[in-house]
Amino acid sequence: MANKSIKKVVCFGATSKIAYETLKKFANDHVEFYLVGRNEEKLSEIKNDLEVRSGKVVKIGICDFSDLNKVQALVGKVKSEFSNFDTCLVCHGFLGEQEKAESDVRYANEIMNINFNSYFILLTEIANYFEEKQSGNICVISSVAGDRGRKSNYVYGTAKGAVSIFCQGLRNRLFDKGVNVLTIKPGFVSTPMTAHLKQGALFVSAETVAKGIYNAILSGKDEVYLPSFWRLIMMLIKGIPEFIFKKLSI
Amino acid sequence: MKSWGNFPSLKNQKLVSTKSCNFSDKAKHLAIGLSRSYGDVCLNEDGVLLSNSENSKFISFDAQTGILKAESGVTISEIIKVFLPKGWFPPVVPGTKFVTLGGAIANDIHGKNHHISGTFGNHVKSFALKKSTGEEVICSEKNNKEMFSATISGLGLTGVIVWAEIQLKKVKSSHIDMKSIKFKNLDEFFSLSEAHDKNFEYTVAWLDCVSSGKNFGRGIYMAGNHSENKTNLKASFIEKIPNVLRTVPFFFPSFILNKYTIRIFNALYYNKQFSREINVPIGIDPFFFPLDAVFNWNKIYGKNGFFQFQCVVPESKSKECMKELLKIAVDSGQASFLAVIKKFGNKKSPGLLSFPRRGTTICMDFPNAGKDSVSLMKKLEEVTMNADGALYPAKDALMSELSFKKCFPNWSKFKKYIDPVFSSSFWRRVSGE
Repeated sequence: MANKSIKKVVCFGATSKIAYETLKKFANDHVEFYLVGRNEEKLSEIKNDLEVRSGKVVKIGICDFSDLNKVQALVGKVKSEFSNFDTCLVCHGFLGEQEKAESDVRYANEIMNINFNSYFILLTEIANYFEEKQSGNICVISSVAGDRGRKSNYVYGTAKGAVSIFCQGLRNRLFDKGVNVLTIKPGFVSTPMTAHLKQGALFVSAETVAKGIYNAILSGKDEVYLPSFWRLIMMLIKGIPEFIFKKLSI
Repeated sequence: MKSWGNFPSLKNQKLVSTKSCNFSDKAKHLAIGLSRSYGDVCLNEDGVLLSNSENSKFISFDAQTGILKAESGVTISEIIKVFLPKGWFPPVVPGTKFVTLGGAIANDIHGKNHHISGTFGNHVKSFALKKSTGEEVICSEKNNKEMFSATISGLGLTGVIVWAEIQLKKVKSSHIDMKSIKFKNLDEFFSLSEAHDKNFEYTVAWLDCVSSGKNFGRGIYMAGNHSENKTNLKASFIEKIPNVLRTVPFFFPSFILNKYTIRIFNALYYNKQFSREINVPIGIDPFFFPLDAVFNWNKIYGKNGFFQFQCVVPESKSKECMKELLKIAVDSGQASFLAVIKKFGNKKSPGLLSFPRRGTTICMDFPNAGKDSVSLMKKLEEVTMNADGALYPAKDALMSELSFKKCFPNWSKFKKYIDPVFSSSFWRRVSGE
């Protein structure tokens, strides 16, 4: 497929390492940005950096994605301040602690709000916007953790699984409306989110994943595992019968 | 943690990000970049290494003046990637693009344009220096001038450079028009340099450092200017090879680099150009950073690592001394294929411990073969000292306290600006503290 022409990108969760690395790639193409994140200081550092790289003015908006009431209003704000954007990246996330989520329902709910409910609201609004324009690119960061529930992180996994299924539905709904929906499923990535984990051989850098995301957006892919060997790993993991899988700790 | 030369091997170094460091650790601290220096200036045994790799964003750029403000962990590679397409280039680049802005300032690096543009420090407008007290000092030629001079070439000892403002240079294209001339001996090199240096912004010469007899001192003089024409060059052969295949995956066994393979390499390199002189357009990477094409090339020297010897000798003693140094290298039979020679200019750097000065610089690699290599290095050091030359801290792993103090008479003045909780293995070795 011919490469898409991308001019205006909105990014939710722009301070995430994967998001920032991806935006740097777009900045080389002199794209305009609207960045949304929770931490104003970090966000303005990234704004300055991307302005130097792209030579264009970068807009920012502050939002806490666990506060769902604000998320909907946010999309309205982006639409009015950044008209005619053509690409939307949704990258924010919160890994959370599985053990705490098992005993603290409010905490588990926060994980669900940040990792799924806010996606659900944002993506519905953005999808309708692009549908009306009959064009647009949606790129969503899901995770291999959403491919199968495991005891070690099934709350986060549930949210990511829901994101993946939701995106499948959107893709199906929008494919003949000129809107591309891309689901990214990264494996283990060395980022601040995973800094506390022991980093084995399967870990890759955020730059590597960002390159994959950038290429997938430009070539209009549907669902991409990054690095691509995760597709094979997850195929094997999904293929294990449940009566065996329940006994495993992977 | 090791330096690029994989020598020395030091213990108990804790790597901490400058962003998260609050200097609570009682051990001595040292600010480092990408550890591309060869010896121990970027090492700190039983101490803390403050890495600037998470501190690597651009802050602002003025397209009118060409002044770039960036965090100290931004690399030369990144600056070229972002700014060359916009028509700007770093004022000075070293032999590798994998160095940080902070590292370039702390070592006051030089490049092929020293004879015209001086050192990197000559193009630094200002920077913020974080001291262990938590205070951030803004330094420039006007404000905190002494700290400015001490930090440029300050080897990471005066504090942590948080960000810096540098002057970029306007260029019209993304390639270099290169003139490449073979020379048969060192006298010929000196006359080529004399004749052409003034017409070219960038000059350097590669030296064959294994051949003796009639081939002694032969090499290739390379000179270039940023091209005025905007033709797009095709990627060179090596740039088309995927990165994985260009990475040295592990330390080579030491027998791979022996005097026979090195002799073959030198002969091939010298004869790579058939005619005496060629004039060709060449890309930025192959011209400035040929070695970066092979990632981790330092591993070909094996686990014991290697020494890089670089000195500068005053103009009046250059010819004689260069011949003597090269002869020692050739006679030792230990030299490797990486040797370059260049004439420095007389532009003065603001840096107190700056290495480049008017004269001729020579740079040679030697695999670390233990005692023999050390005594060879000591011999080269002695010859340099006798000729009133100086050794380059960023390349050095062995120089004596006496030599250091002679090469850098400003050392005692510099000492006052070292942050009280900072030190390095290099500093302890050469200062006698």
